[in-house]
Amino acid sequence: MASGTPDKKLEELGKSIVKDIEKGKNPTIEFSLRTLSNVVFDKKSRTLTLGEKSQKRTFFNVGHAKKFLQTIEIAKISKTLLEVKKHASLRDVFYMAKRTLPGSNTNIVDEQVESDNAIEDLELITQFTRERLNINANKMGSVAGDVVIEDSGDTINWGKLGSGGWSIPSNVEEIKFKSVKAKYIIYMEKQAVWERLHEDKFWEKQNCIIVTSQGQTTRGIRRLLQRLSSEFKLPIYVLADCDPYGYYIYSVLKFGSISLAHMTEELAIPDAKFLGVTTKDIEEYGLQKHFIKLKDVDISRIKQIADYDWFKNNKQWQEEFKRMRQFGAKVEIQALSSRGITFISDKYLPEKIKRMDFMD
Amino acid sequence: MDSETPIAYELAKKQKEISVAEFFTKNRHLLGFDNKRKALLMAIKEAVDNSLDACEEARILPEIYVEIIQLSESRYKVSIEDNGPGIVKKQIPNIFAKLLYGSKFHNLRQARGQQGIGISAAVLYSQLTTGRPAKITSRVSPKEPALYYELNIDTQNNKPIIAKEEIIEWKKNNGTKIELDLEAEYIKGKQSVDEYLKQTAVINPHITIVYTNPKAEQVIYAAATDKLPSEAKSIKPHPYGVELGMLMNLLKWTESRTIQSFLTSEFSRVGSGTAKEICNNASILPNTKSNDITRELAEKLLASMQSTKIIAPPTDCLSPIGEESLEKGLRKEIRSEFYCTKSRPPSVYRGNPFLIEVGVAYGGDIPKEEKITLLRFANRVPLLYQEGACGITNSLTETNWKPYGLQQSSGSMPIGPVVVIVHMASVWVPFTSESKEAIAHYPEIMKDVKLAIQDCGRQLGIYVNKKTRISQQLERANMFEKYIPEIADSLAFLSGDKKEKIVDGLNKMLVKPEIKKEIVQEDAEDDKIYRMEFKKNEEGESE
Repeated sequence: MASGTPDKKLEELGKSIVKDIEKGKNPTIEFSLRTLSNVVFDKKSRTLTLGEKSQKRTFFNVGHAKKFLQTIEIAKISKTLLEVKKHASLRDVFYMAKRTLPGSNTNIVDEQVESDNAIEDLELITQFTRERLNINANKMGSVAGDVVIEDSGDTINWGKLGSGGWSIPSNVEEIKFKSVKAKYIIYMEKQAVWERLHEDKFWEKQNCIIVTSQGQTTRGIRRLLQRLSSEFKLPIYVLADCDPYGYYIYSVLKFGSISLAHMTEELAIPDAKFLGVTTKDIEEYGLQKHFIKLKDVDISRIKQIADYDWFKNNKQWQEEFKRMRQFGAKVEIQALSSRGITFISDKYLPEKIKRMDFMD
Repeated sequence: MDSETPIAYELAKKQKEISVAEFFTKNRHLLGFDNKRKALLMAIKEAVDNSLDACEEARILPEIYVEIIQLSESRYKVSIEDNGPGIVKKQIPNIFAKLLYGSKFHNLRQARGQQGIGISAAVLYSQLTTGRPAKITSRVSPKEPALYYELNIDTQNNKPIIAKEEIIEWKKNNGTKIELDLEAEYIKGKQSVDEYLKQTAVINPHITIVYTNPKAEQVIYAAATDKLPSEAKSIKPHPYGVELGMLMNLLKWTESRTIQSFLTSEFSRVGSGTAKEICNNASILPNTKSNDITRELAEKLLASMQSTKIIAPPTDCLSPIGEESLEKGLRKEIRSEFYCTKSRPPSVYRGNPFLIEVGVAYGGDIPKEEKITLLRFANRVPLLYQEGACGITNSLTETNWKPYGLQQSSGSMPIGPVVVIVHMASVWVPFTSESKEAIAHYPEIMKDVKLAIQDCGRQLGIYVNKKTRISQQLERANMFEKYIPEIADSLAFLSGDKKEKIVDGLNKMLVKPEIKKEIVQEDAEDDKIYRMEFKKNEEGESE
């Protein structure tokens, strides 16, 4: 993604702005535009990538000045972290930047979303991920399976960590995989489902890896899945609710997202497949009695997703969206529990995987 | 008691005529003399109003001397002297010592006083509280001697009692002076004599007042113009403004023989055609004798007068202050940074012509965080009491001031550094009571006040908006100055260069023209939003 080291890159940024000032030029930072209008679906790699458009941020501009100040402030914080070889969380960085300018009632940042945005901008400017800039997000997911890794000098067996499994850190770049015996990965939207499968020793029986996040998939998990997918050629199956949000989770995992389009290369998993719950499953396993009526917002979300470039010409998916709208209802994964508490690990998943019953 | 005699005969022994003067002694609050503070103000106000009316009628630029001397703790002597036309010998006792005597009541003409009750009420109050007579000096011409009177009022019969009458030496060629002793209390502040005189000076930029207060401090309110207001013509009543009692009175005193000639000669805007139409509508023959009109017929006649289509009364009976003079008056007494004034064209309520004038002063010495100050005037007289009951106040609070750059919670007085003057000129100002303190809520009047306020408000809004913009620009320049040390600090850390060098470089750029342009932006967008706000404010209220 980038050349040189992060601290060199930050120094270059500083030097180029100082050069502007010496020349009497309005200090300017230029980087890729991070909006929908500048995101393209690359048909060849089947992922979302950033387009050619770039934006200029100048200091002497009433609309830009504050953001300029914030960006430079975050750059300074990042360089400090790199120098002392420490990592800070997004929240830490917010508090490090939050202070009042002398002789005024203006804060450099008022809300965490401002420093978060500045961090994402800095990723685009330096071409390094925030983890490489020593800024991490919170840990948000669990993994279990027959895998041995090395992390910060410790050897860890994902199969021997009790009921909680291994919690996935924000930065998985430095992890070394010592042995990977599993044959495939199931990524699931719900923590509760993961706990069910873990208790049932599903990963042991099926020789697979089970991974979960809470809600939206974090960057660390996406990167971990991507590494397992590309380094060990493990197939990845997504298990989500049968609802527009489930489709969206799958879409982001597979193709990338708008806000992180600049990192698609490191995050997208074009080989991921959708395991369920599908509308066909609803009919096959008789889940109609657990229908939840679609809200207006759900319907408009389906329309929106159906219109994505990467779904537009996919007959199978268009058929899926159409069926959900015909049902006028959605279903949660946990509806499977109505057929018995271990139905999902004993019957549903083994059957689907055996049949290779996936959507792509 | 003899049961043969009805009780009414017994009661009749106690029933007798009450004189107006006697009525007043018991109901002095009706005329504004309810307490000692207000009494002082009312006595001076009545005398000054009369002086100003007299001077203007004689086309003399008024110069008024007002003096208050404290005699004892609650006793004061007031003295008001003018350079007016003076009063002829025969009339002096009646004008000052007979209630309801005056030239104005039967006349429809814009004047300060209207019922002829004011100054004699002050004389009566003085007599009631101190027992001292009113002292009057008057001279009509250098060729005639100055007359001096001491007058009391016979309260039983509402007649003047002349206590003293003599010819004296007087330095003045013409003019009138009145001296009264009265129970009173002198205060400063919102409803004081000081405030009344100051406001009088604002609304009458052509007058000079020399005022000496009880502390022997002298204030001179100098004239700001030597232009007298145009002479107000008297008009006959308009048929729409007449009530039954007045109509019957007019019928009784008229010299016209027939009802048709009565209508054409006693009313404005009634020609023979209109007179016939009124008669037709009332089913009365036009040649019916005026004396033959009974109460029932008069009622019919009145109904017909009010339903027949008649053109509006003439408006040359009004004498507005004018936008230019009003602004001069404002500038003279209220120190601020922005002034604007609006004189509306004449309108009519219930057959009475009137016109509204509004002036607005903004900023300067006027306090910023307080409710705005409203100064109300009727025929150039300040109204100091009963602000809440006045139609003018309602018009002001019902106007949305937010687009004009002031804070306001809906339906209440806006907040900001503003003084608003509202003047109503009319041949008959509809006061809510005889003490003439609040104007009644006629929709026609309230609408015109609002329109005039909106007119000034628009100009005010443009000014306030511009001012805000300039302060925003300053804020922006300030913002960059605050950011520079922070940015320089971070950049020095990132690049390894010296902070001072970076600060210097950035500060130098701050004064460059292309960067200045960024700070001093032409906010075309602001103006657009602002105009849209105005449109909203006026929808449904425009003429």
